[in-house]
Amino acid sequence: MAYDKFNILTTSAVPLPIENVDTDQIIPARFLKATERKGFGDNLFRDWRYNNDHSEKKDFVLNNPIYSGRILVGGKNFGSGSSREHAAWAVYDYGFRCVVSSFFADIFRNNCLNIGVLPVQVSPEYLEEIFRAIEANPNALLEVNLPEQTITIKATGSQESFDINPYKKANMTNGFDDIDYLLNIKEQIREFAGNRPL
Amino acid sequence: MNDKKTLFDKVWDSHVVHHIENGPDVLFIDRHMVHEVTSPVAFLGIKNRDIEVMYPEKTFATADHNTPTINQHLPVEDPLSANQLRMLEENSNEFGISYWGLGHEKNGIVHVVGPEYGITQPGATIVCGDSHTSTHGAFGAIAFGIGTSEVEMVLATQCIMQTKPKSMRINVEGKLNFGVTSKDVALYIISQLSTSGATGYFVEYAGQVFRDMTMEGRMTVCNLSIEMGARGGMIAPDEKTFAYVKGREFTPSGKAWDAVMDYWETLSTDNDAQFDKEITFDAANIEPMITYGTNPGMGIGISNGIPVADAKDSGAATYHKSLKYMNFNEGDSMMGKPIDFVFLGSCTNGRIEDFRLFTSLVKGRKKADNVTAWLVPGSHKVEKAIKEEGLLRILEEAGFELREPGCSACLAMNDDKVPAGKYAVSTSNRNFEGRQGPGSRTLLASPLVAAAAAVTGKVTDPRELMELETA
Repeated sequence: MAYDKFNILTTSAVPLPIENVDTDQIIPARFLKATERKGFGDNLFRDWRYNNDHSEKKDFVLNNPIYSGRILVGGKNFGSGSSREHAAWAVYDYGFRCVVSSFFADIFRNNCLNIGVLPVQVSPEYLEEIFRAIEANPNALLEVNLPEQTITIKATGSQESFDINPYKKANMTNGFDDIDYLLNIKEQIREFAGNRPL
Repeated sequence: MNDKKTLFDKVWDSHVVHHIENGPDVLFIDRHMVHEVTSPVAFLGIKNRDIEVMYPEKTFATADHNTPTINQHLPVEDPLSANQLRMLEENSNEFGISYWGLGHEKNGIVHVVGPEYGITQPGATIVCGDSHTSTHGAFGAIAFGIGTSEVEMVLATQCIMQTKPKSMRINVEGKLNFGVTSKDVALYIISQLSTSGATGYFVEYAGQVFRDMTMEGRMTVCNLSIEMGARGGMIAPDEKTFAYVKGREFTPSGKAWDAVMDYWETLSTDNDAQFDKEITFDAANIEPMITYGTNPGMGIGISNGIPVADAKDSGAATYHKSLKYMNFNEGDSMMGKPIDFVFLGSCTNGRIEDFRLFTSLVKGRKKADNVTAWLVPGSHKVEKAIKEEGLLRILEEAGFELREPGCSACLAMNDDKVPAGKYAVSTSNRNFEGRQGPGSRTLLASPLVAAAAAVTGKVTDPRELMELETA
């Protein structure tokens, strides 16, 4: 499904300085039972966010009112584990449009790009810099500029560039998805399929 | 330029419909498997676009993730699970897709039934909205998990867009030690590489250990490729592969068999082909493995102590968080730690050879009173074999019960949940926090280690029990 265009995003960010955040933490399996893509944000980080009696865990960052914003900043190897796109949906549905980390798991990164969440991979040093900036000021603004492929800590001007596949970049800046592209080359696919042994 | 190709190159390159300049490849998919959890939104997308499934005969549906493992003949009690199962059936019927629902004789875990019925074939591209799709790489296929947007792409166009990953070859040379299984080999490799050590790569497993392995052992290894971050893992097909595939329902036969064999016999890495990364391990260094933390890379030989976090390691905080969750300490020995649950099953270790291994060790012994054991076959076909081979009788004499097929406690979407704070020795694939139920603590291990825990009620080196028998 098509999504909003992504251009320049300037916002405060929510820090989650934990490594190997896996998709079972992002959204536990027992919340994967919906048959439509809505409401997953309510269960984002469910077991870190809520006690068994559904009360909030006060020490978890999403329950701390001093942090807000549309960027989630996570430790290295973010999104490892299951292929559930629900994890990316939950991130999006909660209100994040961008996840920053020093390393992403493959499938999660791909899922994000397919649904309009921009994964921004930065160096470990720059990631630390972002965490420090947010620690110093929870309202610290980050600017993610997709056309220029840069991320900037506004208060200090410290900037780093990030990689993105040009095709995916064009999709995100235009709000296109892969299916639109594939449907346009269906005849070529049909011809290819006709020559397959299986 | 080196024109030698890896096995992976050969299969990938022959499936590229179109290469987008500075972008991904449009990759043709030969076989697509769907289950109830990651498909409904994809089918909804197809309906919203008002298009058809392009090649319904290349997609196969089975119900496995949220299905109960007892009383499958009764209506599913959980309304949300029941709704997902109903949607899968309706969508399959509407679009003309083979559907093996609850109670169907071919029903089972998607990665168990694919090989069982010959849907999985060498040289194929196979995808499913499930990360353990890497299992099918055991046959020399390129197989990997995809997200729901990609499930929709495959339904709509039989293609997905993927950037070609880098290549890695992992060699394990020598002979496996006594009591060491394919699961231990995989857990050992992951412990050496970490859960992100192969991210961005597609792995080929090579060397004597994999040549000697059975097809089911190879499936266990390839299944766990994703746990070191790899897109997938594969093993070159050989006589064992062809013998396994031959004669199955969806395998070509007659002249078509001869034709595919001509192709399949070309499926190996050329001498002198280059990998982006190559690693070699010695089988002699591998002992029965067990995990102690909250990701599959946190594994050790069962006789070793829990490692001490290097104070300089930036990940020490994460490491300590993990041990705190498990209520373990650095330096602890795993042996003798009391456990509460044992889970034999999943797409990793839910096949007949796994049940044979488990049964061989519990035979003539009794399940420990403090242990709740869930023995869940990967499919009805496995269940049938357990009964026909007489394993069920042995298991029952030892105090175990057999449940009905499904993913079960591997991800605990159904009622098979390990309670908070309890320890489970599991033959499954993930020990993430809460994976087997909120607050559950998982120790990943082989069917032999699980069996030893089941009869002793604590973490036990299976070799001690096996040596008693062989002595």
